[in-house]
Parts: sequence; structure tokens; C-alpha cells
Amino acid sequence: MPAHERIAAAITAANEAGRTALVPFITAGYPEPGEFIETLKAVARAGDVVELGIPFSDPMADGMTIQRSSFEALKKGVSLKWIFDQLDAAGDGIDTPLVMMSYLNPLLAFGYEALAERALAAGVCGFIVPDLPFEESGELRAALESHGLGLVQLVTPATPDDRLRTLCEASRGFVYAVTITGITGGGAGLPADLADYLDKVSGMSKIPVCAGFGIRAATDVAAVGQHANGAIVGSALVEVLEKSEDPGKFLGSLLG
Amino acid sequence: MSAVLQGDEAGKLLDAAIRRELPDERGRFGPFGGRYVPETLVPAFERLEDGVKEHLHEAAFQEEYRRELREWVGRPTALTYAPRLSKTWGADVWLKREDLAHTGAHKINNAIGQAILAKRLGAKRIIAETGAGQHGVASAAACARVGLPCTVYMGAVDIERQAPNVDRMHRLGAEVVAVESGDKTLRAAIDEALRAWVADPHGIYYLLGSAVGPHPYPYLVRELQSVIGEESRQQMLEQAGALPDVAFACVGGGSNAIGLFYPLLGDDIELIGVEAGGTGTGLGQNAATLATGTPGVLQGSYTIILQDDDGQVQETHSISAGLDYSGVGPEHAMLQATGRVKYISAEDDEALEALEELCAAEGILTALETSHAFAAAKKYAQQHPGAKILIGNSGRGDKDMPTLTKYPARIRSHAGA
Repeated sequence: MPAHERIAAAITAANEAGRTALVPFITAGYPEPGEFIETLKAVARAGDVVELGIPFSDPMADGMTIQRSSFEALKKGVSLKWIFDQLDAAGDGIDTPLVMMSYLNPLLAFGYEALAERALAAGVCGFIVPDLPFEESGELRAALESHGLGLVQLVTPATPDDRLRTLCEASRGFVYAVTITGITGGGAGLPADLADYLDKVSGMSKIPVCAGFGIRAATDVAAVGQHANGAIVGSALVEVLEKSEDPGKFLGSLLG
Repeated sequence: MSAVLQGDEAGKLLDAAIRRELPDERGRFGPFGGRYVPETLVPAFERLEDGVKEHLHEAAFQEEYRRELREWVGRPTALTYAPRLSKTWGADVWLKREDLAHTGAHKINNAIGQAILAKRLGAKRIIAETGAGQHGVASAAACARVGLPCTVYMGAVDIERQAPNVDRMHRLGAEVVAVESGDKTLRAAIDEALRAWVADPHGIYYLLGSAVGPHPYPYLVRELQSVIGEESRQQMLEQAGALPDVAFACVGGGSNAIGLFYPLLGDDIELIGVEAGGTGTGLGQNAATLATGTPGVLQGSYTIILQDDDGQVQETHSISAGLDYSGVGPEHAMLQATGRVKYISAEDDEALEALEELCAAEGILTALETSHAFAAAKKYAQQHPGAKILIGNSGRGDKDMPTLTKYPARIRSHAGA
């Protein structure tokens, strides 16, 4: 099966086991590059799919936490090449499907064809590119799909219905439903009309829907879990790692 | 950079530019431009694009815009002959005086145009970014003029080196937000403004100050700044009796340069953009994007940027905050690739020296940004005796006093005959 189908399969398996799928996000190589694989393994054990953040100098869709992690990782020499090398060296120790989250420019600089080849070899199943709208995505999508890799589309509460349909149709792996109109790491909580929005996205999508942005606690996971297949936890997890706390324990606590 | 365009692509692209057919429907200037934005902003950009199409070239908008340029901005700005500079340089030097526009720089042409547009599009409030502070001041003034609240994002480093402009923004009623993330200069300010817009895509109008960013901004800003080149062309014919042989403008994001150059693209005039050469040619020592950069996506546009091999955008250095930017407008990337405009750089010291020379020779304290264009023009004059030179004097230098006081004046005010 194409690599991107492993993502949907992992999410569906969690749902069939009676739980909301957990998609933890970490910034690769943060807080310590030397502990990257160890952290990744701990997070992969507790999650169903792992979203792996590639640091970038201009993370325009991210709040303070992810910005901080991104800038620090860059300062410590983390790059896409380094991340692939680490994943290759880790071998087959990580069974959880990986999805890379990267702004477009590091992927452009790497070259799409080389990117797809190395990603597939490293156990990566898909990509999330927050500054690549559907209209500009043809070239990257084609390169990824020729290797069975998926390009995950984001949808937001501001997305009009006809566009929502197009994006759900185009997405591979899962549909990333942004819960709020804003950047990552917001502290304002989940919006009141979240259920209707997630139900609408789920109704349009043939693949699993995972909700992200602003998910920090078990109550948040429970709230989105009734209307989506999975919950993405980013800034809150990065803050746990910054405090050198156990990521597995934190992620376990989110399932109540 | 020549590798970007193959064979006769460059010629075709330049023809399209001169015929005023660029950008295309997808916001592209050949390979450059486009719209790389977070999904949350896609509907906002579509509304903006529709709004630009509906209003920008309509009579009602144009009437209000032209009236404001005339009665509030003080246009047309003068074209000034520079007799003492001409004599010293052995050339015929003319200055397009954007420093005489309201608030002291060309930035106001764009700010008032977009503020009028924002009002027509029903915006509740306006946000803007600023580097040197000139666009922040222009935005604050324009927002006051149309009656909309204004928030300006400004890098903490720039707040320090452009203190007089921060105070002006406050007095004009704007809120100034210090940006502490990233490089704490213009690039970080744009990132932060985009983040604010993501949080309220319906209520906010983002008044971008340069010909950079996602479509339609490079187009919109060029259209609003083209008044510089249109006036210059007419004034040269009237006052100098001929078009210039060459025109110079400084280039950071490139709004004053595109405003001067665009109406002159079809003329037999050499066009030269001058970037910030900083303190040297090493990565991080300058902001000479077109001279040393490579293609990539920065802040929503595929253009030439300063980046490392991993695609990480590099920090820049320039003595002038307004040129201190790692990217450049996509239309400039195209004009360089086609060979129509030549892009060179001037270093910090050369700019400082040019600023002093202009002060002493013509009684004009020009901006540090603009000084780069003078430094390059002087070198050109030495190689082309008698040339008729037009320089875009994009802004005045009062705002640079905190920087200038760190450098002792080398030329006394009565130097020369």
C-alpha cells in the first residue's frame, strides 16, 4: 500500500479500538539534538501518527512556542539533511507513521525529487506544508505522490464550503482541520461552534479528519474526539519537552 | 540568476512587462511571484484580489486617490536640478524629490492608496509593518486621514535605531508593537503582521508597505507607486528637455524603485537599482539580495532571497533599516533575470559619504536608504561624463539622526566653492 495509506490506517485502528487518535507534534532536534531519536521514540509509542516539525527561520503560521523551538533547533544546527540522517540511523525502531511539517522553502532547497526519495526511505508517509495553498501545490504533490507519499491539506473555519470540498478531496493521509482562526499555541481555548465545523469537515471527507491548534488537555481531546478522528497536540507537548517532563506520560493523560 | 530563464524566455517576458501584462492571473512575473500563504488567509487574499480588481482602476477610487495625492500628500513632488553635484560629478544630475511628499518619503503614495481601498472594502482596522519607520508613519497618517485604527509592527532593533519615527507614529494615533522574534527587523515585523492577520482575517486590512509578499501586493504597491515614474518622465521632458540616460533608485523590498522604473521600462533609459552592500560581500554582512541571493519562497512570494543551502533565510546587515531585508519584490527578480534593470550595491561607508556630499552640495538631507543610490550614481558619472542622470530621492534623512550622530561629519557645511 502507498505510504500515505499507513497514516489513515493508524488513525482508523485507534478509532476501532475506541479512542481518539493522538497525533503528537515535536520540533525535530528540540530541545536537544542529541536526544532527538529518543524523544521521537517516546512520542511515537504514545501517539498513533507523529508530526515532525522541520525548523524554519520564518515560521509565519506559528505562535511563540513553535517559533522558539524552531529558532533554537536551527541555532543548534538542525537541518532537513540532518533529520533524514538521524532517521536513517535509527533504522526500523519506529513503526508509527511519520508526517513531516515544513514550510515550503527548506523543501524547495532540498529539491522535491530528492526529498520524496529520502522521506520514503526514512519512514515518512506524508507532508504538511502550512504556507503552500492548494493552488501552488501541484509540483510538490506530483513528486510526493509518485513515491506514494501524501500531501496533507489544512482546512480552517474561514474556508468556504466549495473550497472545503476541494481540499478534502485533494488531501492524503488525513484532513488537518485547524480549530481556530489564528496561529498555533493560542491560549484562548476551543471555539464554541467547533462541533458544527468539525462535523461539516468530517461529512465532506472520505479520509480521517484530525483537529489541531489549541489542544492542550484531556477535555480538549474529548471535545474534538466526538466530531473528528484524531487530535493534534503541538505547542502543549513542546512545552512539556522544554520542562524535561515525560512526553509519554503527558500524552497518556490526554486520553483521560 | 541567468539560469532561471532559458533562451528567448527573457525577451518574451520583458515584452510582456513593457506591454503592462504582468503579473499574470496567478500573480506571476514569469517564474517569480505567486501566493504562498497559510490556508486561513486564502479567502482574505481572494477578497483583497477581488477588491483590487473592482476598485483600483475605477473612476471613483482614482478620483479620490488623485485628489488625496494632490491636496494631502502634496504631489506632484518637485524634480530638482542639482547644479553643484552636476559640476563635481561632471554630469547632469536631476533629483525626483519624494522626500518632499507628506511624511517625508515615497511610502505615503502607497499608504494613502491602500487606506482608501481598505475603507472601501469595509475593513475595521488596519495593520502595517515597518522597517525604517517611514511606512509606519505613512500608514499611521493615512489611517488617521481615512478614520481607521492602525497598529504597526516594528522590529525591536529598528525601534531603537529609528526612534523619532516611533514617536511620530504614536502621535499620529497608531499603536506600535515591538517585535522581539526572529531577526527583530523588517522580516520579523512582516511575519508578525501576517500572524496578526491570521487571527482576524475578516476585520483586518493588512497595509503592506513594499512591492513584496503574496499576490496581489507586489502589483498593488507598484500601481500606487508608479506615480513617481510617471511624474518624473513628464518633468524631465519639461524641465530638462529630454529623458535621462540613466535612472537610479535604492532597492530594499523595492517599492520606490519599481515606482520609478515601471513607467520607464519601454524607454531608452538605463535603469539601475542599488541594494545595500553593508560592510562586505559575506553572507550576513549585507542586504544585496539580487546580487548574491538565490530563488526561494519568502513571505508568500517566489523571488530571490538570501538563504543558506538548507533554505533557511539569512539575516542581513545594512546601516539603513529600510534596505535591511533578506528578500526583494518578485518584479525586480524578473527585471533582473530579463536584463532590463541592472542591480548593484553600495556599502555603508559609501552611502554615508554620499549623504554628506549631497547635504553640503545641495542642502538636502537625504535618507540613508536613498544615499545608496547617490553613491552608485556618482561612480556611474565618473565612467560616463556628461550623462543625464535621474536619481529617485526616495525620502528625507531626519529619521536617521540617531544613526548619523554616531558618525562624525567629515565634510564641513561650507566645503567647496
